[in-house]
Amino acid sequence: MMDALDIFASAGLWAAVLRIATPLLFGTLGALICERAGVLNLGIEGIMTFGAMIGWMTVYQGGDLWLGILAAALGGAAFGLLHALLTVPLGLSQHVTGLGITLFASSLTYFIFRLSVPVSGSPPTIVPFQVLHIPGLSDLPFLGEALFNQTAPTYLAIALAIILAFALQRTPLGLAVRIVGENPHAAEAQGIDPIRVRIAAVVFGSALMGVGGAFLTLSAFNSFFPTMIQGRGWVCIALVVFASWRPERALLGALLFALFDAYQLRLQHVVGKAVPYQLFLMIPYLLSIAALLVMARRARVPQALMQPFRRGER
Amino acid sequence: MRLERRAHVPLSLVVAAPVGAVLAALVLAGILIAIAGAPVLEAYQRMFIGAFGSKLSITETLTRTTPLILTGLAAAVAFRARLWNIGAEGQFYVGALATAALGSKYGLHLPPIAGIPLLMLAGAAAGAVLLLIPLALRLRFGVDEVVTTLLLNFVALLFVSMMIEGPLKDPLAFGWPQSVPILADAALPKLVPRSRLHIGLLIAIGLAIVLWLVQARTRFGLESRAAGLNPQAARFAGVSITGILVRVACLSGGLAGLAGAIEVLGVKAYVTIDLSPGFGYTGIVVAMLAGLHPLGVILAAVFVATMFVGADGMSRAMGVPSFIADVIVSLSLLTMLVALFLASYRVRR
Repeated sequence: MMDALDIFASAGLWAAVLRIATPLLFGTLGALICERAGVLNLGIEGIMTFGAMIGWMTVYQGGDLWLGILAAALGGAAFGLLHALLTVPLGLSQHVTGLGITLFASSLTYFIFRLSVPVSGSPPTIVPFQVLHIPGLSDLPFLGEALFNQTAPTYLAIALAIILAFALQRTPLGLAVRIVGENPHAAEAQGIDPIRVRIAAVVFGSALMGVGGAFLTLSAFNSFFPTMIQGRGWVCIALVVFASWRPERALLGALLFALFDAYQLRLQHVVGKAVPYQLFLMIPYLLSIAALLVMARRARVPQALMQPFRRGER
Repeated sequence: MRLERRAHVPLSLVVAAPVGAVLAALVLAGILIAIAGAPVLEAYQRMFIGAFGSKLSITETLTRTTPLILTGLAAAVAFRARLWNIGAEGQFYVGALATAALGSKYGLHLPPIAGIPLLMLAGAAAGAVLLLIPLALRLRFGVDEVVTTLLLNFVALLFVSMMIEGPLKDPLAFGWPQSVPILADAALPKLVPRSRLHIGLLIAIGLAIVLWLVQARTRFGLESRAAGLNPQAARFAGVSITGILVRVACLSGGLAGLAGAIEVLGVKAYVTIDLSPGFGYTGIVVAMLAGLHPLGVILAAVFVATMFVGADGMSRAMGVPSFIADVIVSLSLLTMLVALFLASYRVRR
């Protein structure tokens, strides 16, 4: 019988951590970019659902796996554009619009899925992304199995976190996004168009959310089922706060969160039926609330988050 | 060209906005129906027949309307005070669970005249408590309640699942996870014999009217609106924002919990994990379509229930997936937001 602490010594745990963290990382980075430009995007849960379906559908219809990722990104971008148009030029409530996008994107997803794939006993499957063998690294004892035993999108997500951290902090484009999220009027005074920057940020961020959903159907699993996002989007919103709106901390947060999730799955086998399994399943959500609680006071929120920008109005 | 906020929105626009929004949503969803290969007008006709074509379908639509009025009121009350309660789904479930537990053989054993009101109150109290937790986190630690109320939905649902597979499991349910049933004495009387329609509908409509009077006539109604519109000014005028928000949360969570209680007492008699097909989330749409007006909530709830009940009939007759109802309802929310914007602004050249 495996002991609760022995779980940490299994390479399988760490491989699972990276796998579980990937969709969360895509989603958190996406939400983070939107919020850094001053727009809260609660459409994430629906956008991830749509991305998961449209990515899977593309491959199911004979497309390449990367074409599936691209389709999910474009689908996410389309919903992002809708959210951006409603909240940025029109200045509608970001809370309510985002929820509307979530409801609309998920119901459209189920509608399209039911229309295209006939109801059957077992859901149809595709051949998902295979583990990318990195010569040298993947062959290392333990480390190779624990860390370098992933599919390509996982490496992409980690690279993206690092690139975005650099881009936000060190490039003119990143500076523009940050100023627009802090003080759009100051940005305008410097010749930046806050409306354009916000729309672009929401579209780009939402594309990442779509890819996060597609990871679930194209890499973690090989089929689509309607309830598969299971609140991951909302967890991403909490992770953005935990990350204090910084991409490198989003990487840390997603990994930490995935560690708890992977650990509780294995702990269930150790503890067996002595503890109701629902208690374990509650942990991710309670952990998200705890993360919000710890970080709420310390984190520096983008000052113009959720404040609509209108020219000439203060 | 620029936009200018209207100082006063004329009544004609207030009425036209939801009607225009719903029509726009129906036209947009019509495109999807056409893509699905069905004649659009006939499909909508089938939908209407499905919801109102017979005595049975009318009672079904009104049965579906009942919880939507209550969750719609829950969202409307909270949103007016800018308390973003997205947790009505979880509050619905804990309300249902509390009622089922206390109304079962393990529970109170009271005569109906005292027992039924007490059970409803218990459900409302459970819902209120579930909203007071995130409100306390907001007031004490500054945690935004949007995400916490949402996350608590998942926690509440898992808790309900744990209870109905554990201590409250019905051993006679052939292994299905469902709670022990309420005693026959606790069931709500029917409005129409041999149908599922129960007096919960009258309770929901009554509460909508009471809430409208409270909001229009009482000091609390005025203060909760002021707290939402401009908290600084309200505080300056001597209103205790904390006190108002606590009362609003009790009301909002209580209404959502009551919706769960009434669904158990009136329709199902026990709790399962699919007791609500998203009543909590749909309540948000109902509230927005109603422009957060308590009486408008009744009309909006009837509209949404019509879509859902009618879509089943349409789906069977025309082969269009019944998810089209969810699409229409969620699209209505988005078009309503735009319509409200267009109603409150004037375009100037």
